[in-house]
Amino acid sequence: MQKQTENIIEVKDLVKRFGAFLANDNLTFEVKRGEIFGFLGANGAGKTTAIKILSGLSYPTSGLVNVAGFDVYKQRNKVKENIGYMSQKFSLYEDLTVKENIRFYGGIYGLSNKYIKQKTEDLLNRLKMTQIQNSLISSLPLGWKQKIAFSVAIFHNPKVVFLDEPTGGVDPITRRDFWEMIYEAADAGITVFVTTHYMDEAEYCDRVSIMDQGKIKALGTPTELKKLFKADNMDEVFLKIAR
Amino acid sequence: MQNITVEVNNLKKSYDKVEAVKGVSFSVSKGELFGLIGPDGAGKTSIFRILTTLMFPSEGSARLLGLDVVNDFKEIRNNIGYMPQRFSLYQDLSVEENLTFFATIFGTTIRENYNLIKDIYVQIEPFKNRLAGKLSGGMKQKLALSCALIHSPNILILDEPTTGVDAVSRKEFWEMLIRLKEKGITILVSTPYMDEANMCDRVALIQNGEIMSIDTPDKIIGNFGSKLWAVKSRNIYQLIKDLRSLDFIETVFPFGEYLHVTSKTGSIDIEKLQSILIEKNHTDIHIQEIRANIEDCFMALMK
Repeated sequence: MQKQTENIIEVKDLVKRFGAFLANDNLTFEVKRGEIFGFLGANGAGKTTAIKILSGLSYPTSGLVNVAGFDVYKQRNKVKENIGYMSQKFSLYEDLTVKENIRFYGGIYGLSNKYIKQKTEDLLNRLKMTQIQNSLISSLPLGWKQKIAFSVAIFHNPKVVFLDEPTGGVDPITRRDFWEMIYEAADAGITVFVTTHYMDEAEYCDRVSIMDQGKIKALGTPTELKKLFKADNMDEVFLKIAR
Repeated sequence: MQNITVEVNNLKKSYDKVEAVKGVSFSVSKGELFGLIGPDGAGKTSIFRILTTLMFPSEGSARLLGLDVVNDFKEIRNNIGYMPQRFSLYQDLSVEENLTFFATIFGTTIRENYNLIKDIYVQIEPFKNRLAGKLSGGMKQKLALSCALIHSPNILILDEPTTGVDAVSRKEFWEMLIRLKEKGITILVSTPYMDEANMCDRVALIQNGEIMSIDTPDKIIGNFGSKLWAVKSRNIYQLIKDLRSLDFIETVFPFGEYLHVTSKTGSIDIEKLQSILIEKNHTDIHIQEIRANIEDCFMALMK
């Protein structure tokens, strides 16, 4: 499927202030349906603040923010229903089984029992994890947990999924399996919003933005940014901006 | 070999049923920057906890500066600096209090070894009265390194010092390590990030408790067995599927904007592949032969 032109995330002049501190200083960007968008920045650049706003957990001080067609001021619950979230550290209950975790998340998003049952079967087949459906998450290797965590994050078919350093710490082959799952989700029309410290993860994104001190300092495809900053890789681009 | 500072011989460690380290051997020379590169669960932390005398090996032996990790643990502790993976300084003491604490434990003072930590400490000295718990990630890391160095150790052992740290702090950290190495300190560092291998003199690639290869990064790359091509087009997901359907293609791995591809015959006719991909409706096609990197090598060794 070709990338579509419909905007799933629209941010215009987003400002977030904490007292005198300007955490987000006039951010403006759009992310399209099915796009893999990398949201980069140093520690303290303002990424977490912006993500909390995009996911309906915090109000902007000013500016327009629209996610999945909903306004983050007035339709926060609608925003939350239409997004998924996965972080590297957390996501699954270690003392529940694979199946119980899926069932739990499906229930939270208000999916019917029948739908959950059917979709769980499909999912387990696709992941080739039917055999381990009744194993505790704590007994599984990290790479498997990550795949399940991602599958759970998109189980309710959100318009956008937020991934926080999704592939940190896993072996390189598992990491690539994981990126293929991300490509597949994007191909199916889910917008993937990735935050990461690791610039080699940024190279997988369709477009990336780089934040520094509350502002977006660069935005474009990895190829464009490397050309613009005369750099061989995104690590060099980042260092030129944030150092 | 001369000047062996760390010698590890058939080291094994088991926890109940899990064999975390399965017979690992390596040695590190004086003044070397040695990297243990591998994913979570590879056994890196177990090896470092044995070397720092915090844990006994199940089997095998390890010597640091000629001292045995089991019998001579007290002497070893006086001669090594250790930075564990989790920030383990006192969050409710200030920057300066933490540093003074570690200096005092080792019977020294900040002033006595200031020269060694100066490069690093000056960057956090303006915040010396701030509680350690209130520092940013990059600053915590600099304080932890200063504390690990304050007794002027011969060997520095750093467990994933750059995990969770942004690219700028990460780069600065590696620059600090290289300067410390130049002062003659032997450094063992672990990391799950393959690109950091290039900063080390030698690396051990480790997976599932076993070392797959030990050498200089250049030689490891030189030993990559086959030719490698980078391929990309507008629709990378479709490209993965299409390339895998071709009978002469051996492996296809996503690698940032590109796919890294090997051929069963050891060669790829670029023009021919280009026309196959055009036929499959790909646009903006780029194909070029490339040199492998450490991550390509790691994956090839995993098979």
